[in-house]
Amino acid sequence: MEEQDKILHEVTSKEYEFGFVSDFDMETLPKGLNEDVIRAISAKKEEPEFMLNFRLEAFRKWQKMPMPDWAYLKIPKIDFQDIIYYAAPKKKPQYESLDEVDPELLETFNKLGIPLEEQKILSGVAVDAVIDSVSVKTTFKETLAEKGIIFCSFSDAVKEHPDLVQKYLGMAVPVTDNFFAALNSAVFSDGSFCYIPKGVKCPMELSTYFRINAAGTGQFERTLIVADDDSKVSYLEGCTAPMRDENQLHAAIVEIIAMDRADVKYSTVQNWYPGDKNGKGGVYNFVTKRGICRGESSKISWTQVETGSAITWKYPSCILMGDNSVGEFNSVAVTNNFQQADTGTKMIHIGKNTKSTIVSKGISAGRSDNAYRGLVKVMPGATNARNFSQCDSLLLGSTCGAHTFPYIEVANKSSIIEHEATTSKIGEDQIFYCNQRGISTEDAIGMIVNGYAKEVLNKLPMEFAVEAQKLLQISLEGSVG
Amino acid sequence: MTQTLINKKAVSEKYSELYQVNRSTLDQGSSPVLNRMRDIAIKRFEQQGVPGFKNEDYKYTNLERVFGKEYRHIFEYEKVDVDLNEVFRCDVPQLDTYTILLVNGWYYARNKQLEGLPDGVVVGSLKQVANEQPELLENYLNRQAALSDDPLVALNTAFAQDGFFMYVPENVKFEKPVQVINLTRAQEAVFSTQRNLIIAGANSEAKVIFCDHTLTSSECLGNSVTEVFVGDRAVVDVYAVQNQNNKSNAINSVFFKLGEKSNLMSGVASLHGGLIRNNLLVSMDGENAEANVYGMSFTDKRQHVDNYTNIQHNQANCLSNQLYKNVLDEDSVGAFTGRIHVARDAQKTNAFQRNNNVLLTDTAKMNTKPQLIIDADDVKCSHGATVGQIDLDALFYMRQRGIGEADARMMLMNAFAHEVVQEIRIEPLRDRIDELVEKRLKGELGKCNNCDA
Repeated sequence: MEEQDKILHEVTSKEYEFGFVSDFDMETLPKGLNEDVIRAISAKKEEPEFMLNFRLEAFRKWQKMPMPDWAYLKIPKIDFQDIIYYAAPKKKPQYESLDEVDPELLETFNKLGIPLEEQKILSGVAVDAVIDSVSVKTTFKETLAEKGIIFCSFSDAVKEHPDLVQKYLGMAVPVTDNFFAALNSAVFSDGSFCYIPKGVKCPMELSTYFRINAAGTGQFERTLIVADDDSKVSYLEGCTAPMRDENQLHAAIVEIIAMDRADVKYSTVQNWYPGDKNGKGGVYNFVTKRGICRGESSKISWTQVETGSAITWKYPSCILMGDNSVGEFNSVAVTNNFQQADTGTKMIHIGKNTKSTIVSKGISAGRSDNAYRGLVKVMPGATNARNFSQCDSLLLGSTCGAHTFPYIEVANKSSIIEHEATTSKIGEDQIFYCNQRGISTEDAIGMIVNGYAKEVLNKLPMEFAVEAQKLLQISLEGSVG
Repeated sequence: MTQTLINKKAVSEKYSELYQVNRSTLDQGSSPVLNRMRDIAIKRFEQQGVPGFKNEDYKYTNLERVFGKEYRHIFEYEKVDVDLNEVFRCDVPQLDTYTILLVNGWYYARNKQLEGLPDGVVVGSLKQVANEQPELLENYLNRQAALSDDPLVALNTAFAQDGFFMYVPENVKFEKPVQVINLTRAQEAVFSTQRNLIIAGANSEAKVIFCDHTLTSSECLGNSVTEVFVGDRAVVDVYAVQNQNNKSNAINSVFFKLGEKSNLMSGVASLHGGLIRNNLLVSMDGENAEANVYGMSFTDKRQHVDNYTNIQHNQANCLSNQLYKNVLDEDSVGAFTGRIHVARDAQKTNAFQRNNNVLLTDTAKMNTKPQLIIDADDVKCSHGATVGQIDLDALFYMRQRGIGEADARMMLMNAFAHEVVQEIRIEPLRDRIDELVEKRLKGELGKCNNCDA
């Protein structure tokens, strides 16, 4: 038992391993937010008028909105005038091969364990790497272009495909959706845009890596994925952030539009800097992610592994408009030390015969708080809707908390909604059983935690599953397992 | 939006004003034990006002409409022109109880003398006991309710004058239940404030049944608060049978404080009513305590039943079970919010909660919000919630065996409800509720059967 406590202590006192700062020349706007800053961002990015209007509308709405306080989080007061809203690497490289890329940038990627070249060859993943807001390098663009797939940075999309952007921007997340979405809509710097034409199955996993870099810069990404009729795409997003003492604000938006019979899978591994073991520093992660299944029989699937951030406020959601559409949410959220997470999903059933599945696994350690918050709403017209939700929490240590706040609203008689949640710790009998069979307590805890999260990890694409397992170990296991 | 805010403010101010105008009448004849808490309470009410949909705890029950209507308030006991002992007959066969009547929130003046109560047990009017034996209740009254931040509990505290009081001394155990019949009888819309207090000393045993009835078909709004103190090793059962007319609005807040090794059984059956909101808060303040909390409702027409439970595990080694079931027909709306809160260091807690709902029509709605807040690691906690229909496989199985569809459905619905009913620890009451449920499901209990209309 003492041994077990010791290991748990080691596991939970582990510090963040990926902290480092890269030195780039940054071009930044002064701190603060007002209409001039927004106009300046828009001008710097050479945006058409509709974009400026979109930003200004969002900003005006945002000014009237209060900061949400309903989450089970203690959020220190954020001074939105003390943040730099735009930072871009000065040189915008346009390289065809990796040799031409800034060596320091390559070094950063190497530290992150994403050798671009290797990935290009081995896994066939096209990487649109985003460092502090501006897209630096897009690979495989040509291969994708042959199929008619558009995969580029958001700024390029605004320039090259303004009609598509104008049509779909804000469709899933309107500017007034919530406080942080409005903020993002007003100041978003860059992000990714992806359009899969009718009938096209994307031949490779699409991915972006986000990093927060310049000190004191909030990062406001915006991703828009549109999957037209009968198309299919799998999109990966992953991030690690350098160690900083100052809190950093991150308010991203991801929008997914799925048309008839389209199938979109969005996977995230989130590992922003969580603060040190005394709760100092760390990223505030306020993300709005939402997909609309507009077409019949369309499918949107969210998978996330959340191990980082001091505060996570994130609810990837599906609006199931089309008949027979399907929504999925699979999540592993790990909190340690003083981390706080309030995360979950919303499944809004509007179309007939719509189905949704929610699997949420929370692991809390140290003095952290980990909450699941989810809404399953079945509208009167959503006949024969079906939902199954399962939320499990695992507690490691007596000073952490695990909380569950599901909301279920059903308004017709033919739908079946089930929700179940359990909270427990690793059983002494489980450890004893493993010990009996010659497995050390360390290995046993590792096995149990991994086994516990397996159901979700299995949903990740191969490339990510490995990284995710590694992250789980770093966040929790330390020397264990 | 702005309109609602204005209304909310106006509605809340109406009650503040009512309080100021009637302050002296409220104090008159009431014990200082009751009067001393009024001013603080009304301030607490004013801070939040009548809860609207923005209040997370009242998300699914909008009370602004209900509180916005005009009611007649009764600040002094009114004589009843008929003998209620004759007018009202409890129709539960073989149920032998000590019966107490309350009318519009006031202890009925012509209640019969209770015979055979064990020595030391005090059953009576809160107003009277507070005046004559304040030492019995001054350490208890408002000690649990004041912890709540519910504005309606504060509103009750500000206006409380009378209600039901029971005191069971240490080591006194009695089997025969005390039955409290709350009657609403008025020709016009009436607002009643009722305050109940039950104190069960260490090692005692007692059972209380609250029956809510309306004798008239007019509209009414009741805001009641009940505090129940369960002493160490005491065993207390509290049942509520709610059977009121379709225009009634009832807000019932019940607070339980559990001592060490105590055992609580709480059962609520909402058979009929217009709008019913039951708040149930259990504070487990002693180790090894056990709380069993059950509820069920049957709604049709435009009825609204909202059950809110909050089980606070403040001490280690406690057990709580919650089971709530709702059957919703026609245009009715149901809501359930259940919270289990395990405090830090309340290790070895076992807490279970389940909420099952059946929707019978496409116009009925069910909203459920089960919650777990767990701050200790060595615990076993779970909750489950379902919204659905009768199991079609089970129905098919029964029909295969020659049972007609209507009968099969009835049997399955009965079985659905029986899971709650079977937990009732008073046999005649259990049988009676089973019977009422069956009647209710067959539509024979079309209206509350005691009403004059």
